[in-house]
Amino acid sequence: MRMPHTKLWSWHIIASVVLLVLLGLHIAIMHLNDILNLAGFNPYGANPIDWENVAFRTKQLSFTIIYILVLAAGLFHGLYGTQTILFELNPSPRVRNWITGLFLIMGIGLLVLGTWAAIAGRTTALALTR
Amino acid sequence: MNQTENKTTNIVFRVRRFDPAKDREPYFEDFTVPVSNGMPVLDGLWWIKEHVDPTLAWRASCRMGVCGACAMLINNRPGLACTTQILNVADKVLLLAPLPNFDIIRDLVPDLQPMMESHRKQMPWIVRDDEEEMLMPTDQYWQSHEDLDKYLQFSYCIKCGACMAACPVVATDSLFPGPQPLTQGYRYLVDSRDGAFKERKKILSSELGPWSCHYAGECSAVCPKGVDPARAIQLMKRELVLDYLRLNKRRYKKAAGLLPPEKRKGRREGIPEPPPFTVEGAASIRPPDRT
Repeated sequence: MRMPHTKLWSWHIIASVVLLVLLGLHIAIMHLNDILNLAGFNPYGANPIDWENVAFRTKQLSFTIIYILVLAAGLFHGLYGTQTILFELNPSPRVRNWITGLFLIMGIGLLVLGTWAAIAGRTTALALTR
Repeated sequence: MNQTENKTTNIVFRVRRFDPAKDREPYFEDFTVPVSNGMPVLDGLWWIKEHVDPTLAWRASCRMGVCGACAMLINNRPGLACTTQILNVADKVLLLAPLPNFDIIRDLVPDLQPMMESHRKQMPWIVRDDEEEMLMPTDQYWQSHEDLDKYLQFSYCIKCGACMAACPVVATDSLFPGPQPLTQGYRYLVDSRDGAFKERKKILSSELGPWSCHYAGECSAVCPKGVDPARAIQLMKRELVLDYLRLNKRRYKKAAGLLPPEKRKGRREGIPEPPPFTVEGAASIRPPDRT
């Protein structure tokens, strides 16, 4: 199996930057709301996990896109990093192919599941708050 | 210290021995060596060979830290035997062993062939399309000080193998080329006289690339020539990533041309022209094909 390492490494770096920014946003919205008072993201009170605030964010298309981006970046960064660590144990080419194949299936499967969950969450939030 | 004093200290050289013709596995043997101030490890080994055991084997050549032949593990750290003074690293026992991460040929002699083969795969030579000029040069290739600075440090490599011995990834990953080949790969990647960036980046996008390096930095810590292979590898990653993201102008750069006419100073006064060829047909001789 061909391994375009430059490409994979470059996307690993890009994914880490995406995670840095979006996880930073997550921490600011969900955990630092008392200090930062981000009313634009939590307009129904200071507690980010109150139903009204959750529904407000989940209805926004931008949040759905952000959830999917965080999921994709996290899955790729984590699985590629784990593969790199496992490859340093010097497995045979056959085992390497198995690891790569397994991680590809896991990654794509979890991405599809997570994307469905994000879209379903938005649809449900829109329906329940109409 | 008074130059007339020649005080000696007895140091035990604990040397790892292995003769594949006789031994099933390596073992340690002790030799007590009288060491004087300023005596390098290499001189200690010669003393053992001359006075105690002529069968002790190691590689050495220049005695002055420029050939890299005498690299070995000195007190568990890769280094050159000719430039390491005994009393700087030991006061009672000096531990000597062959470089790790290599097979042992005998005693302190490692098999460096895998490193040399890995090095060759990095195309450690200038590649250009003006073959006529390269084989029969008419003038110098133009290179500024800035161009030279980009690779000069990495050209100091003496292929001793100390960095390969120190690298934790070379110890575990059989596919990783290692710091020495990669540093030379980078040296030619950024040499402005080279025109093979596209070919080199294809090589480096495979398992022959720098991607398994985790920047432990041990290679740079042990390099006897200050090459800093860890830095070369990280700079190489940067070049390749920037190229992939189309942010690197190197892909569009042609190989450096000849010295511009205004910079040519011509032959200095008093320096004679070269003599004519005396062998018939010599003017048309070309060097053999390197490939």
